[in-house]
Amino acid sequence: METFLMFLKAFLVGGGICLVGQIIINFTHLTNGKLLVLFLIVGAILEGFGLYSPLIKFAGAGASVPISGFGCALVKGAVKSAHEEGIYGALKGGLAACATGISVAIVAGYFVSVLFRPRTKKK
Amino acid sequence: MERKGQITSSGEITKANYKSYVFEKMPKSSHFKNMFWAFVIGGVICCIGQAFVELFKLWFPVEDASVLASATLVLIAAILTGFGVYDRIGRFAGAGSTIPITGFSNAVVSPALEFRSEGYIYGVGAKMFQVAGPVIVNGVTIAVIIALLTLLFGG
Repeated sequence: METFLMFLKAFLVGGGICLVGQIIINFTHLTNGKLLVLFLIVGAILEGFGLYSPLIKFAGAGASVPISGFGCALVKGAVKSAHEEGIYGALKGGLAACATGISVAIVAGYFVSVLFRPRTKKK
Repeated sequence: MERKGQITSSGEITKANYKSYVFEKMPKSSHFKNMFWAFVIGGVICCIGQAFVELFKLWFPVEDASVLASATLVLIAAILTGFGVYDRIGRFAGAGSTIPITGFSNAVVSPALEFRSEGYIYGVGAKMFQVAGPVIVNGVTIAVIIALLTLLFGG
């Protein structure tokens, strides 16, 4: 039951975040890149005030999978290691926290571009 | 009676009205339908993420499980992009496929695939960061600034 509730919360919060993004697209015609950066920054700033981590605790992947969760992870990692190692930690922690995701994206991107043929975009 | 942004009676396109002219000509899809699919697909992707979190929790502490779940989603999205499936989902899911971490993965893999013809150094290697670059640059900058601020003010 508790697991089911977690999935429900992940669906509602994750879907809700995407819904906000879609509303922004509908009314401002932002490009995808700008939208990603916007949500990343919002997530990072919210975490700066300590507000995003509680949302992840509440909704699990519903809050950590959207790109705002990526921003949160960057800030969380940077702040955490800043407390441990000062300025050195502040410079190190952010990327270290996100290194897994970025590395997988880069390596997978490389292999996919070797193994697959680009598809012509049909509209 | 000329509304702002409409083509002038002579059919002239000026710099000022060009943007709204393009908006007018763009295929109109209903806002409600867009929003519905963004919500559903975004929610489903997060649920798949949650499923991986629950799975990895069996072997790892929660925070690591969450990171690994995101990494798994990135991998799956990269492969789906290779097959051209992700872009097909993206056509009707809009922000629902952009905002989740899978959209980031798609933004890395898609240009890498498309620009392979320009070689592995300046094609794949450079274009991979067309969208990911701005995301990482902004993210790292803001993270370092916030971390330094918390050091200064002991937050």
